[in-house]
Parts: sequence; structure tokens; C-alpha cells
Amino acid sequence: MTTMTLLQAVNSGLKDIMQDDDRVVVFGEDVGINGGVFRATEGLTKQYGEERCFDTPLAESGIIGVAVGMALYGMRPVPEIQFADFIFPAFDQIVSEAAKMRYRSGGEFTCPMVIRTPYGGGIRGGHYHSQSPEAYFCHTPGLKVVVPSTPYDAKGLLISSIRDEDPVLFLEPKRIYRSTKQDVPEGVYEVPLGKARIARAGKDVTIVTFGAMVSICEKAAEDAAAKGMDVEIVDLRTLLPLDEEAILTSVAKTGRLVVVQEAPRFCSFGGEISAIVAEKAIEYLQAPILRVAGFDTPFPYSLEHVYMPDAKRVLAAVERAVHF
Amino acid sequence: MTPMSPMSPMSEDLLCVLEPKSAKGKGAKVALPKGLDQAKVQRMYRLMVQTRQLDDRAMKLQRQGRIGFYVPSIGQEACAVGSAFALSDKDWCYPSYREPGAALAVGVSIQAMIHQLYGNAEDVTKGRQMPVHYAFRKQRYVSVSSPIGTQIVQAVGTSMAQRIRKEKAISITYFGDGATSSNDFHTGMNFAAVYKAPTIFLCSNNQWAISCPLGQQTASDSIAIKAKAYGMPGVRVDGNDVLAVWQATNEARARALAGEGPTLIEALTFRIGPHSSSDDPSRYRPNEQLETWQKKDPIERLKKFMKQAGMWSEAFEKEVVESAIDEVNAAVKHAETVPLPASSTLFTDVYATMPPHLAEQQERLLALEKAQGGAEIDKNAAFPL
Ligand SMILES: Cc1ncc(C[n+]2csc(CCOP(=O)(O)OP(=O)(O)O)c2C)c(N)n1
Ligand SMILES: [Mg+2]
Repeated sequence: MTTMTLLQAVNSGLKDIMQDDDRVVVFGEDVGINGGVFRATEGLTKQYGEERCFDTPLAESGIIGVAVGMALYGMRPVPEIQFADFIFPAFDQIVSEAAKMRYRSGGEFTCPMVIRTPYGGGIRGGHYHSQSPEAYFCHTPGLKVVVPSTPYDAKGLLISSIRDEDPVLFLEPKRIYRSTKQDVPEGVYEVPLGKARIARAGKDVTIVTFGAMVSICEKAAEDAAAKGMDVEIVDLRTLLPLDEEAILTSVAKTGRLVVVQEAPRFCSFGGEISAIVAEKAIEYLQAPILRVAGFDTPFPYSLEHVYMPDAKRVLAAVERAVHF
Repeated sequence: MTPMSPMSPMSEDLLCVLEPKSAKGKGAKVALPKGLDQAKVQRMYRLMVQTRQLDDRAMKLQRQGRIGFYVPSIGQEACAVGSAFALSDKDWCYPSYREPGAALAVGVSIQAMIHQLYGNAEDVTKGRQMPVHYAFRKQRYVSVSSPIGTQIVQAVGTSMAQRIRKEKAISITYFGDGATSSNDFHTGMNFAAVYKAPTIFLCSNNQWAISCPLGQQTASDSIAIKAKAYGMPGVRVDGNDVLAVWQATNEARARALAGEGPTLIEALTFRIGPHSSSDDPSRYRPNEQLETWQKKDPIERLKKFMKQAGMWSEAFEKEVVESAIDEVNAAVKHAETVPLPASSTLFTDVYATMPPHLAEQQERLLALEKAQGGAEIDKNAAFPL
């Protein structure tokens, strides 16, 4: 065991899986000598050479397009997109190509690859270094979407994603890259995809969330506890495939649901959670399902602190649900 | 997967005016390019000094935690100033984040730029974007976008419209060497050439894209050579020679206005500073390269030229530098008295008219702020790139 930040855990996961599986190659902008602008790929070129971790020209469609070709051939590419906000030139390669390859070829060709990308706000990065684009990708059949919230999960989920037979978008909450440390095992280990985690057990209200919002919700849960409300937090870890059972079990217990996400509310992942619970667990609900989300505006710069859901806004929703 | 070693810039075929190869021997008289005079040269000098002072101060403000982020253009002032100085007041400008000198050259005030760095209530863009992502409608200086390359095709669209409307005007777009790898660069070049659009593509080739050297972006002998394949002229200029940049832009503009189509100008220069206030180039960049280019400082080179041509005096220098510093200081001082934009501004400008769901969100937020007080600024948040 070593204590690591989430960022170090990602780095450790990459190092260990590259040792374990020589099909794994890492590439993207500034990932080589610079070790990534966040340092997630630090030391990989040194340890494994320039054929297994290398810089690319500045073209995201190129990065993902070549990853598709490598994956089809039998490699395990792990391309990095420097910020999730810059993934859109590659949208076509991800959505039209990687995600549909297995289906459209009747299983003749498959595209196992992991696109790692830092996402989310809270770093004063304005709208092109802060967005949470998960909904676009969760709307794409054939793609898996994973979001860790702890160092331990980050490494284990990354390794599971790389070993998965399908393309995975691995969204790294950059706001908490360095904010906490946790014991992380050395060597490869897996945290299974599609399994949520109960980040906090409680009986009065369920919060379903993921990524950097988990710690915000934990703070709100403490504040709620001081006011006599017992909050349970379900950290999804994988958005697709979704652990419906964990959500429904928790809601059956608490009878109340608050969904928390950074992304804008309209047509968002939180909407999907709400719909599933409304369809499958309405009989348990004692209050309307509430969503705490980013506003339906582009992500701002100066007013980031107003835009981002914080513990206050989460607490307000918890209180509304409990006192309904 | 190692690319070729960083390209050796082929200085032989660079357009250079300040120290032309023809002017051999000491004391040889250097002619000003046609269309320039002493007042114009002095004006360009002033613009470069203002740009340098703004960059210098802004980097310090960032280090002191007074602004959140900055992208310096130190060493590249001639690319932006020389080219934008050739524009008329009908031309459109599609900049990247590294052309503050172009904004100044087309008439944007230092104060307006500094308000944007603070993202305060007097920032015309209402604090919506990170520092240096300017937008100035009046000067046709189009909103800077972070995603690399997107402005290139847009400039072509404006040029096509200018042609359709038979306006005597062109569009110029600025981008870096890294951006020549983007889809939008190639698409923009192709569209512009096909439609003979009056576009100037100005690539500030500073030889680095964050930590990636030029040889990482292209296996071509130069950036300019790419123009040939698309069917337009490609010109390579000494990007630290403001007069050469002006001349190349002026000629490209004349061609564009004559209906002869677009031009790609590669201005060879060097990023003296870090990529941005969050970058540390010592991790990846050889020091010798930096030292070589520090000796080619575009301001010093123009100064030397002006001295020889009798366009420079101590008094002139003093006035130019001091007034630039004073103007920056006064602008910073004022910007710091201006509060952040009001929370309600979060919801404006998303659409021309606010739709009901946004109005509801705005109402809720303002009610929550009234009940619980406003949200707190996260003091730990810092931009890492
Ligand atoms: C589409 C996209 N991908 C990645 C980035 C991150 N990024 C910001 S600047 C930059 C390098 C740009 O280099 P260049 O075009 O040479 O311009 P310079 O910064 O040298 O002026 C990168 C990779 C981005 N802004 N947009
Ligand atoms: Mg560059």
C-alpha cells in the first residue's frame, strides 16, 4: 500500500497495466516528456519507451482515430484528451466509429480502448476547461462511461476499463486530482465496472452522485446530520452500465432521492436517474425527486463559485426532500 | 514514434526587412517598405512596447494572485503588431489567445483588456471567459476561443461573406504552429482557396505547442510550404521583424482585395515565456534555444533600426515606455475597484430572450442567495495549465 492522490493513482494504474499488458499504449498531447499537463502520464515514456507513451500532433480526431485503428488491430490504446472540453473534434470518431464498430460489423471487429480525460469545474478554468460532457456520451450505445471519485477506485476502475472488451470513456474529476490521499495497493487490481459504492450509509434521504460531487455531498451530509437528517450517498463510479440495483435499493430504504451533478440540468444524466427511479420505485417515494445541477448556461469564469453546485445547494435540496 | 528532431528553422528563405541580406556592409541605408513612414514605424514601436508592458504586468498580477491566469506573448509582439497594423477599419480579426498586440493595434484600449483579465463588471464579456479570451465587437476582434483552430474556418466564412457583399475588406486569422495540425486549419485553407476568399492565415510559428516541438506537429519543411498544396501562396517571414510582417500582410491584403484569394503567412518566431502562467518550460525545453532567440528580441531589433534611421531618441524612448507603464498601472488600479459581475448575469446572453427554465433557475438562485448568502469563492481553485 502507498498513500496516493487520485492523480498518482491514475499514474500508478497506467504504469502497472503497461507492465502487465504489452498491448497497452498511451498517447496524446504533452503526455511524453512533459508527463501530461496534469502529470498523469509522468515517467511512462522513461519507463516504457517512446513507442508505448508518446506525444501526438494537436488533433483530437487524429488521436482517437488512430486509437480506433490500433484497437481494431489488437492493441489496447489508452489515448488522453488533455481536457474533456477538447474532445469534440474527436466526437465523430468516438460516437460514429469506436462505439458502433462491434455492432455494425456484427462482432467481426471490436474496439477496446480507454479514452482518459480530465473533466469538471472548480479549477477556475472557464468554460473550455471545466465542462462535464458525460450526457453526450452516455447517450451513445456501445460506449461505457466511468467516473472515479477516490484514488483507490481510480486505479482499480482504470485497470478494469483497460481490460474491458469495449470502448470506455474514463472521466477524471480534475478538481479532486490532488485534494485527498488514500491507501492504494501496488500492482494491478480491479474495481469492477457497473458497481456503485455506498459512500455514506443513511436512512432519511438518498443522494445519487459521482465524481467531484461526492465530496461536496459528503460535506452537505455532515451539515444535514447536524440538523438531524441522515443522508445516504450512492457514488455511481460507472455511469454506463449503470448499477440500478444500488440506486433502487437505497431509494427503497430512504424513500427520498436527490441527484447531484455538475453538468447542466436539461437532458442530463441526472434526468436518466430520476426517470429510472420514477419508473421503478415510485411506490417508495415520499417526496419529489430533486436534482441539484449546474445551471443551463455555459460554464462561466468569474462566477464559477456561483455556478457550481456546493454543499449549501445540496443541503437545501436535502431539506426540501425531507420536509416535503 | 519519435518524430524527427525539431526542425531547424530555415532562416535563409525568410523575408526580412530590418537587416536585409542585400544591405551588406556597415552603414548601408535600409529603405522602409513602401507605405510606411516614420510616424507609422514609431507607432508600431509604441504598440510593441505597450504589449510588452501589458504582458509583463499581467504575469506579475497572476503571480501575486490578483488575476487567475495569463498567456504572455513576450518575444512575439512583432507578429501580432506588424500584421494587425496593416488592417483597415473594415477588416475582421480572428485571433488566438496570443495576440494582445493585435488587439491594441486595431484600437482596443488597455483598460478594456485589463477589465477582461479581472473578469469584472466592466469587462465587456461579463467575466464569462478566462483571462486573454477577449472579444471586441467594435474593433471586429472576434471572441477568442480556447479550442485550438476553430477560428480559422470562421475567418474564411467572414471572408466569403465580405466577397459576396463586395466589401473592400478582408479577414485575418491568427493561430500557432500546433494549430496547423487541427482539422480546422486544413479545412479553412481548402475552403479559402476554393472560394478565393480574401483571407490571411497568419501562423505565429513559435516552434512550440506547450511541450511539443515543431517537429512533433509536421514533417513538412516549413509551415508556409503547405500553402502550395491547397493552391495559395505561402510566405515565410522573420516573425521578429515587425516591418517584414507588416510588408507580407500588406501584400497579402492587396492580393485579397484584388480578388486573387488567400495567403498563408508563416511568421517564424519563438515563445520566450512559458506557454501560460501555469506552465514550466524548463521541464522540456533546451535553454540554448531560448538564449539564441532572446538575442532576436523584436523590440530591440526595431529600436536598432530606428536609431540607424534617425527615428529614435532617448526622449522618445522614455515617453513611450513611461506612458505605457502609466497606462497599464492606471488600468489595473481602476479594474481592482470594480466588483465581479452580479450573479444574475450568469443567465443572460445564453439566448437573445431568456427561456422560462432559465428564468426559473435565476429566480431560485437569487432567492437562495437572499436566504443563505452568496456562494463562497474556492480559494484553493487554481488553473493548472
Ligand atoms: C482542441 C484543443 N486541444 C488541446 C488544447 C490544449 N492546448 C492549449 S494551447 C495548446 C498548444 C497550442 O500550440 P500552438 O498552436 O503552437 O500555439 P501557441 O500556444 O504556441 O501560441 C494546447 C495543446 C486546446 N486548447 N484545444
Ligand atoms: Mg506554438
